[in-house]
Amino acid sequence: MKKTYKIEVDCANCANLMEDAARKTSGVQNATVNFMTQKMIVEFAEGQEPAAVMAAVKKACKKVEPDCEIFL
Amino acid sequence: MQEMIESGLLMAVAALSVILLLIGQRPSSGMTKKQKIMLGRILTATVLLLALQTLGAGFFDRLGTAGRWVRLGFYLADYLIIGYDILKKAYKGIRNGRVFDENFLMAVATIGALALAVYENGDYLESIAVMLFYQVGEWFQSYAVGKSRRNISDLMDIRPDYANIAADGKLEQVDPEEVEIGSIIVVQPGEKVPIDGVVTEGVSTLNTAALTGESLPRDVKAGDEIISGCINMTGVLKIRTTKEFGESTASKILDLVENASSRKSRSENFISRFAKIYTPAVCYAALALAVLPPLVRMLALGLDGGWETWIYRALTFLVASCPCALVISIPLSFFAGIGGAGKAGILIKGSNYLETLSKTRVVVFDKTGTLTQGVFQVNGIHHNQLENAKLVEYAALAESASSHPISKSLQKAYGKEIDRSRVCDIQELSGNGVIARVDGHTVAAGNDKLMRYIGVDYIDCHSVGTIIHMAIDQEYAGHIVISDVVKPTSRQAIRLLKKVGVENTVMLTGDTSQVAQQVSRDLGIDQVYSQLLPGDKVEKVEALLKEKPEKAKLAFVGDGINDAPVLGRADIGIAMGAMGSDAAIEAADVVLMDDDPMQIPKAIQISRKCMGIVYQNIVLAIGIKLICLVLVALGMANMWLAVFADVGVMILAVINAIRALSVKNL
Repeated sequence: MKKTYKIEVDCANCANLMEDAARKTSGVQNATVNFMTQKMIVEFAEGQEPAAVMAAVKKACKKVEPDCEIFL
Repeated sequence: MQEMIESGLLMAVAALSVILLLIGQRPSSGMTKKQKIMLGRILTATVLLLALQTLGAGFFDRLGTAGRWVRLGFYLADYLIIGYDILKKAYKGIRNGRVFDENFLMAVATIGALALAVYENGDYLESIAVMLFYQVGEWFQSYAVGKSRRNISDLMDIRPDYANIAADGKLEQVDPEEVEIGSIIVVQPGEKVPIDGVVTEGVSTLNTAALTGESLPRDVKAGDEIISGCINMTGVLKIRTTKEFGESTASKILDLVENASSRKSRSENFISRFAKIYTPAVCYAALALAVLPPLVRMLALGLDGGWETWIYRALTFLVASCPCALVISIPLSFFAGIGGAGKAGILIKGSNYLETLSKTRVVVFDKTGTLTQGVFQVNGIHHNQLENAKLVEYAALAESASSHPISKSLQKAYGKEIDRSRVCDIQELSGNGVIARVDGHTVAAGNDKLMRYIGVDYIDCHSVGTIIHMAIDQEYAGHIVISDVVKPTSRQAIRLLKKVGVENTVMLTGDTSQVAQQVSRDLGIDQVYSQLLPGDKVEKVEALLKEKPEKAKLAFVGDGINDAPVLGRADIGIAMGAMGSDAAIEAADVVLMDDDPMQIPKAIQISRKCMGIVYQNIVLAIGIKLICLVLVALGMANMWLAVFADVGVMILAVINAIRALSVKNL
């Protein structure tokens, strides 16, 4: 399952870091952060609950970039 | 002298932030709340710094021994106003095990400079000014990037916000996603068509510029198909939807554009890898710069270590090393390039395709529908005894009972309603033609075999295409040539392709070799392969892929209807005339909304320009960085220069990236 989330992040490098962090979160099959359109596209692994996974993704992203925001 | 320059700079920053704050009051400025707060901080810190500088160290000295610490207190407060968030981020970074980032670099450099100043009771200005200018740079970056991002997105703004549904004589605005297939929606003048469908009522003119880049308006009437994303200009239209919102053209295109920058090019990957190695490397280099030279001086040369000088140089080195310019400008260049191409009706599905497109050396065309219009037309009338129109009229009437494409094109060329009552005794000779009585004359229309069969001398034609010989009352009346028509711009497109550096143009077609040869001669195409079945086309493209050098890329251009496998096999697949064809949009890497072959050289030119800007930015950013680092290491540049170099390169790179957006004069 694939879902798109709106995000807010200021710098391109931070967006890369968020992408890395999201990919490493368990339950995430693949994640892409699009800095230019301020969107995060998350592909969830089979049988995962998006809401729970996204909470973890958000936490991981906040860790690498305190300024970022993900609108769930 | 130096003091004056410094004060002047600070005043300039203060004035600039006041102006920007005033601009920020207008809602159209698009400044975020965060940016406004930052501006306020910059202004406060600058004014305070200016005041402290004007008072000077002498003022605090009069306060006695405590004066030194009061002064430090004021400067420290100013430092915290401007830089507290950087310190916080640096601290968080360290705690999360991510030591080497730009916040860390700035925190270490400024705290270091501050510590040196406390130690010397000297100039606090430098460390605060460095932080200040760094923040100014960051602010500008975030504003410029935000602004250009919005500009580019606005350009692709074909997203409809609502659909009108007529209910109880009133129009009701609903979410387009809730509209079911087969519903009737109403589009008023000035509104966007939200969903693909068929016009059931009304006449209007559509502006398709956002979809095709073509500024010529299109007329529609009841019965015409209509695609979403067009803007209705003149009349009210009632439309029966044929697709769901998510499956409609506008949604598909938006999806495509939004996902485009997720497919990263090699240059972008290079930059992110570079940034990952670069920052730690610079930190170690700075450490070495701080420690090694003094040690060498002390131990090997027996001189004084000069620790302060070298630590200061190391700190300056850190300031000069920020990789922001590089990291920000490369994706921005690609995004601007893709946005600019979109404006011209060329959809590029990712930065990687933009990069490949710029290296195109071989272009392979499918003939029908790409270089030619794919419709059969009367292309010439020769050796006729009657007027052209009369001859076509007879031919159309004689063939009126047939549904063959040839007779269809004859009827189209005739252009008027066929009056069947004028025709009788129609006799079809399968594979040869027809003989019929039209207005009392015996008309025979068909190939050379038919002419021989009825015993009429005919004149062979040297044109390529399907020849229809005509005989009226056993008298040869000339022949009509029907063929696929070459698009008017095909020839020029091929010439332009050569001009933009395409070495080889190839045409593949299922048509006969005679037709293929003539088309290729007309257009100036280098290689032709004819009588190919769809499967053969894949094989041919594979052979061509093997032949060419590794670095030269091969593009295949098709109309996307039955060449999806070939589109996928080529280095880059270009589908043209894709308005409304989902298969083409999905299979191709580059989608030309229009079916004008001139868009192909244009797409290559856009990609070249964009890649040019990308390389300029890489060289500019890395080059200036390296020069600065060398100057700093040699002690020829101070921290001021370092921070200016950093901010300056970034601004230049961002402005350069925005150039990729303009594609008009290519």
